[in-house]
Parts: sequence; C-alpha cells; structure tokens
Amino acid sequence: MNWEPLRLTFELAMTTTMVLLVVSVPLAFWLSKTTSRIKPVIETLVSMPLVLPPTVLGFYFLLAFSPNNAFGSWINEWLGIQLVFSFGGLVVASVIYSLPFMVQPIQAGLTSLPPSLSEAAATMGKSARTQLFRVLLPNIRKSLLTGIVLAFAHTVGEFGVVLMIGGNIPGETRVASIAIYDEVESLNYVAANRYSLILFALTFALLLLVYLLNGGYLKRFWKW
Amino acid sequence: MVEVRIHKKLGAGTAEFTLNTDLTIAEGSLLTLYGPSGSGKTSLLRGIAGLLPPDKGYIAFQDRTWFDSEKKINLPPQKRNIGYVFQDYALFPNMTVIENLKFAKSKSAPDNIIADLLDVMDLAALENRKPDTLSGGQKQRVALARALVQQPDVLLLDEPLAALDTDMRLSLQDHILDAHNKLGLTTIMVSHDLGEIMKLSDTTAIMKEGRITQLGPPGELFMEKHISGKFQFTGTVLHLIQQDVIYIISVLIGNNIVKVVAHPSEIEGILPGDKVVVASKAFNPVIYKISGNSASE
Repeated sequence: MNWEPLRLTFELAMTTTMVLLVVSVPLAFWLSKTTSRIKPVIETLVSMPLVLPPTVLGFYFLLAFSPNNAFGSWINEWLGIQLVFSFGGLVVASVIYSLPFMVQPIQAGLTSLPPSLSEAAATMGKSARTQLFRVLLPNIRKSLLTGIVLAFAHTVGEFGVVLMIGGNIPGETRVASIAIYDEVESLNYVAANRYSLILFALTFALLLLVYLLNGGYLKRFWKW
Repeated sequence: MVEVRIHKKLGAGTAEFTLNTDLTIAEGSLLTLYGPSGSGKTSLLRGIAGLLPPDKGYIAFQDRTWFDSEKKINLPPQKRNIGYVFQDYALFPNMTVIENLKFAKSKSAPDNIIADLLDVMDLAALENRKPDTLSGGQKQRVALARALVQQPDVLLLDEPLAALDTDMRLSLQDHILDAHNKLGLTTIMVSHDLGEIMKLSDTTAIMKEGRITQLGPPGELFMEKHISGKFQFTGTVLHLIQQDVIYIISVLIGNNIVKVVAHPSEIEGILPGDKVVVASKAFNPVIYKISGNSASE
C-alpha cells in the first residue's frame, strides 16, 4: 500500500493547524474585545467557509493564485512560491477553509470568561499581551484543544478545495481524500477501502476525544 | 488626596442616567459608597480605576492627573497604581493562591511581602490551592491579599463582603480596617451594610441616580436624630406585633434577633425591612459575664 497520500494528509493537517493557531488566537482575542463596527463583517467572513461550497472557494483560489494574475505572479516573483498545484497553495487554502473551526471555539472561550479577569490583570499593570498569555489562554485550554482538533480533522476531510487548486500530483498534492477518489475511478476498491477505513477511524477518534474532554468524562483520570 | 469630577452617560433606553460626581477624598480616608443598586456606585469605582472612561471630567491622585478630558489625558489602569477587589473576586483560576499573589506583585515590591500577607490573612495553609477549591470567605481573603501585594495608593473595594455570612464578614472587616490603617491607604468601598459602613468608614457618600446626594460622616448621615446613647446598633426590622398598648419590634442585628418594646408613637413609619438604629441610654445597661478569668485567686 502506498502511504504517501496519508503522510501528505497529516503533513498538510499539521502545518495548517499550526498556522491556524498562530493566526486565530490574536484574531479571536480581537473579536472577543472589540466594539468596532466592522466586527460583524469580519465574523461573517471568518464563518463563510462553513456554508460556502468548497468548489467556490477553490475556484476563486485558483483564479487568485494563478501566475497569470496580479496576486499570483506577485507571490511567484517576490517569494518564489507557486501556489497553484503545490503543497504551499494547499496550506494557504486549508488555513482559510478551516479558519472558523479554530477561531470560533477560541472566541467563544474568551467571551465566556468574566471580564473582571483581564480587568484585574490590567489594574496589576499587565499589558494586553500578558493578560492573553498568562491569564486568558490558560483558562480556555478546553476551547483551544477543541479548536486544534476540529481544525485538524476538518483539514483531513478536505476534498473540494484541494481538487480545485491542488489537483492530483503524487507526493505533492495527492492527499488521502483525493487518492480515494482516484482509486475508485480506476475501480481499485481495495485500495480505496484502506484509505477510507483509516480516515474513518482517525476522524472518529479525534472527535471522540473532543467530546470526552468537553463532557468532562476524562476529568476523573486527567486533571484539566 | 483623590479628586473625582466625572460625567458619564450610563445604561440605555428608559434606564438611562448620567453619572455626575464631584468628590474629593482626603488621603488616608476610608470612604464608603452607599445607595440603591443601579445608582452608579460600581461605575464610579470603575471610572476611578480607569476601566470605564468618563465622557468628560477630571480625576487626579495627589499631583498626578489620571484623567482629564480637556487635556486629553487618560492613564490606563496599568499606570494608576490601584488595588481593585472585584465583586466576583476575579481570582485567576489557572493559578494557585500564591501564584495569584506573585502575579500581582510588582518588581519593586519587597520579596517578603507575599509571605507576610499570607501570614496576616491566614492563608499560609492554602497557598498551593486553586481558587475553585476555596470557600467564599477564603476567596475574599485571597482577593484582598492580592490587591495589597500591589502596594496600591488607592484601594477600591466593590461590595467585597456581600456574599459572606455574618461571622466571616466581621472578621474580614477587621482585616480591611487593619490593612487600611497600617498601609496608610486611601480606600473607597461600595457597601450596602449599614453596620459595616458605621464600623469601617470615616466618610460616606450616599448615591442616587448617578449623583452623590449626601456626603459626610456615616454617623451623621444615617441617624436623623442625634441620640446621646451609649450603645447603638443598626439592624433590619423583621416584624412588628401589637400587644395591648405597646408594640414589640423584632430587629435583626448581625445574626441575632433582638426584641424591642416601642410606644405606638415611636413605630410610626417603621415597616418590616427598614433599617433602624437600636440605641440604649446609659442609665439602664445590663451586664452579664459570659467568659473570662475567675475573680478569686
């Protein structure tokens, strides 16, 4: 059995999750604090990937990343990266595609904390950054974990976006979900079943972990 | 000296009112804010702390301006050197008692301040506990200790004792008074409890709809008639019963119920739930010994 697609899937999911964590924490912090008028607009944009067909997203990524367009050629010239039909492009697209799965739990966690926590830290002379990292984030560990697991699982389950802008290049963009499609097309059901079964078991395990943690079932064994 | 002259629109719709205060608090004074809920007491405290910027006005501590809408000065809470005890205590759940105190300590504060405060507040045995495992009174002590670790110039207390039972209240009142006197703080405290106000504060501001309607020593504000009584307690009327030509009034003082005999003319206007002062003239006190040393040796 060819393990390449599975390895690629995990590599993509890991990279995407890490990038998302770095991007989402400040974004969620800002959303939880701001009274700005553009907040609903930003929230809507963040949530769009939840309802938009992945092909729509993929289509516009394809246009934007194409070396024939201003943005695509700029990236290509300045950073030397080609985003269409490449692993880098998959990461960028996956980050946007899975953004709500990371931002929403973190934002909900931050909003659920009493405002007096950061106010108390402020009266102690602590900056917003210190408040976030020393007081707020340590108290929403469950939300952080939910975000990480959901973003990871959602990226593993990606298909439409990858197909549109990644195509089916072995070792570069052929992730497990694409490989399954490919094997079915060539009537190789045994291989398709292997990939499917592994993904099925993995997503089940990941989601089960979220529900166990958030339901407090693991509290007896593991202090959070 | 703390000067607070602020103007701030609060609430929304029909509940809208304006916080409008002009208050000067002497250094070393313990001022209590008293008034119905929604009268702006907490907002005033938050305004002083810098957590709720006023629409316009002026706030200064000694010669430092904290807020001046004309000169566009607005020091953030980080730079005001205040200690704030929140109504919900705001202890950091991820830190133990001692970690909460360490987090609050500034670099310039002496290292032994934490050990000293843990000792004074009777918290040494709890130092490695997380706030979730503490009782209300213990949390309150940690919150007060944490505010004192900061060595604040001004201590702001938002109804810190409201959720506690009477015994705990009394002991924590002593802690607050002790810290206030020892550290020479200027303290502003929101309280609903008349006994507490009488015991702790030298000045009381009574607030109504965002304004300070009365300001002065609590003894003068809460007793319309000056009674030259030697004993006086404040309490809440529980009920009134007529017996022949007199009335018997049950009053809750602290956690004791006291029955007081009253003439019909005295009970006029008194209803269950009213705050009253029970005072006794000096000529008929009764004394019982309840504990102490034996007289014979």
